[in-house]
Amino acid sequence: MGELKTQHEKTQHDALVGPAGGDGFVTTNLKDMLAWAQKYSLFMYPFVTACCGMEFMGVTSPRYDLSRFGAEAPRFSPRQSDLLWVVGTITQRQAPILKRIYEQMAEPKWVVAFGTCASCGGFYDNYACVAGLDKIIPCDIYIPGCPPRPEAVLDGLMLLMDKIQSRDPRPATVKPRNDPAVDPALGLSSLGSSDLVRLRRKDAKKSDA
Amino acid sequence: MSKALLDLVRAQFADSVLETHAQHGDETAVLNPQAWHKVATFLKTDPRAAMDMLVDLTAVDYPDSDPRFEIVAHFNSLTLGHRLRLKAKVGNSAGNEAQIASLADLWGSANWMEREVFDMFGVVFSGHPDLRRILMYPEFVGYPLRKDYPADRIQPLVPFRDVPNISKVAPFNQHEGMSFGRQVFDGQHGAAHGQGDDADLFPPETN
Repeated sequence: MGELKTQHEKTQHDALVGPAGGDGFVTTNLKDMLAWAQKYSLFMYPFVTACCGMEFMGVTSPRYDLSRFGAEAPRFSPRQSDLLWVVGTITQRQAPILKRIYEQMAEPKWVVAFGTCASCGGFYDNYACVAGLDKIIPCDIYIPGCPPRPEAVLDGLMLLMDKIQSRDPRPATVKPRNDPAVDPALGLSSLGSSDLVRLRRKDAKKSDA
Repeated sequence: MSKALLDLVRAQFADSVLETHAQHGDETAVLNPQAWHKVATFLKTDPRAAMDMLVDLTAVDYPDSDPRFEIVAHFNSLTLGHRLRLKAKVGNSAGNEAQIASLADLWGSANWMEREVFDMFGVVFSGHPDLRRILMYPEFVGYPLRKDYPADRIQPLVPFRDVPNISKVAPFNQHEGMSFGRQVFDGQHGAAHGQGDDADLFPPETN
């Protein structure tokens, strides 16, 4: 057995083989056990309204293979699903439908905002659209991107699984692996974006102080 | 290309064609709105025109002019291979009395396109078989593509969640999401109340 990195991995390892690594018995507690079962058997309801749906198909198809995470089974009845994927723009007209579907889902349930439109409305800042599904229903994971790369979606799913295991109800955003705003190695100053440069100066001031 | 057709329309309806022009080979006739249906019938039925396809029907809002709305229709003849664009101006500067004859009895495609123009601009098509909103919901107040419709006004069908600073729910920070909120309009109270109070999320910069 290699080095166990996080507390969750340790918990998981304990749950599977016991802290001593021997055979014969398992020690855990019921909540951890349930969370462990829940995070590996997410039944998803795809609420697909727009172009992000193509990327969603990419994630669920063999190349990226969502089923590795135990989240492959779509259930087109909200009563049988516990993970709501909101994929695409939510118009004001769609909002009552989305809300009803969320309400029909049985607890425990989780919501993922797939893409910029579902997360915050994106550039659809107009009379017809809802500026993010969290205006209507609570959201657990925000996956930015227009559309997000499948890798970002897998990051989001793993983030959700981590939150289920640790029973952390706070929402979270998938961060870019290589973010020019926080990674100086990517040559931020050469981009010439005044906002980002200002951010950088602020960071520099902080480190001086 | 369809210069001959434009001349034909001008000769046939000399008193109804207010103006003609052409750009990039596309001929346009600006009509008296009273003659809208008459000219369209001619274009559809006359063998020299044979406009068997209504490609698009839309409107443009010129808020400072009177008449205010310009109805634009694009016709195409699949058999003769020519095009023509018709325009007509309707409605006073307040946006009222915008009315023009429906072409839905001539081209089936006019049905939904006229409903869209009605939905977005409030232009009434007389003689339309089913004139109601097509994109927006029946509860929607006003016409969103009119230039005097406030750009930040939304009319939600379901109330927003009861969460402080709902316009910026966590976990967004200053450089994620939108830096401005929208005005919610419920149709009854008239005045909008702010949803975009981000003051605590965007403290004034102290250098």
